[in-house]
Amino acid sequence: MHIPDGFIDIPTSAAFAAIAAVGVGASLKGAAKSLDEKTAPLAGLTATFIFAVQMINFPVAAGTSGHLFGSVLAAVLVGPYVATLALSVVLLLQALLFADGGLTAAGLNVFNLALVGVWVGYGVFLLVKKILPKNKSSITTAAAIAGFISVPAAVMGFLLQYAIGANSTFSLTAVFTGMMSTHVLIGIGEAVITTFAVTAVMASRPDLVYGYRGTKQQLEIRKA
Amino acid sequence: MKNPLILVGLAVSLVIAGGISYYASSQPDGFEKSAGEIGFLDTAEDSPLAGSPLAEYGVAGVENDRLSGGLAGVIGVASTAAISFGIFYGLRRFNKSKP
Repeated sequence: MHIPDGFIDIPTSAAFAAIAAVGVGASLKGAAKSLDEKTAPLAGLTATFIFAVQMINFPVAAGTSGHLFGSVLAAVLVGPYVATLALSVVLLLQALLFADGGLTAAGLNVFNLALVGVWVGYGVFLLVKKILPKNKSSITTAAAIAGFISVPAAVMGFLLQYAIGANSTFSLTAVFTGMMSTHVLIGIGEAVITTFAVTAVMASRPDLVYGYRGTKQQLEIRKA
Repeated sequence: MKNPLILVGLAVSLVIAGGISYYASSQPDGFEKSAGEIGFLDTAEDSPLAGSPLAEYGVAGVENDRLSGGLAGVIGVASTAAISFGIFYGLRRFNKSKP
C-alpha cells in the first residue's frame, strides 16, 4: 500500500508529513531506551528483511497481488518504537531509490504503515496476548491476528486522508468497500508471513523477541 | 555480530530480494487495483524520481530482467541494511552515553 503522489492534495500531505515527523521523533526517543547490544542488530535485520519481502508480491485474487506491510512483524520482534523507525526507513528508501510511493505522499505512507499499522497492530497484539495462555505459541498466534488487523487499520488511515484531502470525489463508502475487499485478502497474506518470521525468530532466539520478553516480565510480577 | 540469526537473516534477505523477487506476482498491487476499480487511479502522478536509475526496482541500462531486478534488490537490501544498522547502533550508543 504505497500511495503515489496525486491521490491526496498537498496541504493534507504536508499535514500528515508533520504528524509523521512528530511520531518518528518520539520513536527515536523511545527506541533509544529499548536498544542494546543484542537488540540493535535484530532491529537492523528486521528493517532489511521487510524491505526484501516487500519485493515479493503474492497473488490475492484474479488480477490482483499484495505484499507484506511488516508493521506487526517489526513491532513484535523489536518493539513499536523501533518498528516505527524501521518501517520509516524502508518507506523512505523505497520512495527515494525506487520511486515506489510518492515523494509528497511520503508522510501519508509513513503515517499509515509506520504509525497506524505499527501502533494499532501492537495494541491488538497485546490484547490478544493477554487473553491467550502465557506460552510461546500464543506469541505467534497474537502476532498473526494483529498482522491481519494491521492491514485494514492502515487502510483506515488512508480513508482518513482521503476524507480530508482527496483530489477525487468518490464517496467514502465506495472507497472503503473497494479498498477493504482486496485488503482483507492481503491481510491474510500478512498474517501468514508474520507467523513464519516470528516463529523462526522465536525458535532460534526467543530472548531477543520484544513481544515475548514482555510476557516473562509480567509473569515475574505476578509471582512476586 | 556473533549472533548467527543475524547473518542467516541477512543472507535470506539477499536471496529474496536478489533472486526470488523475480518470481513475484506481476499483477497490479491491491491498492493500485482498488484505486482503479473505484475510479481515482488516474489522479496518480509520477514521482519526481520516476526517471531515477533504480525506478520500479530495475537498474537502468541492464537489459536482462532477472539481472536488472536482482541487482536492484541487492542494492536495496544493502542500502536498507547500511542505514538501519547505522541508525539502530547509533541510537544504542546514544542510549549508553546517558546517565
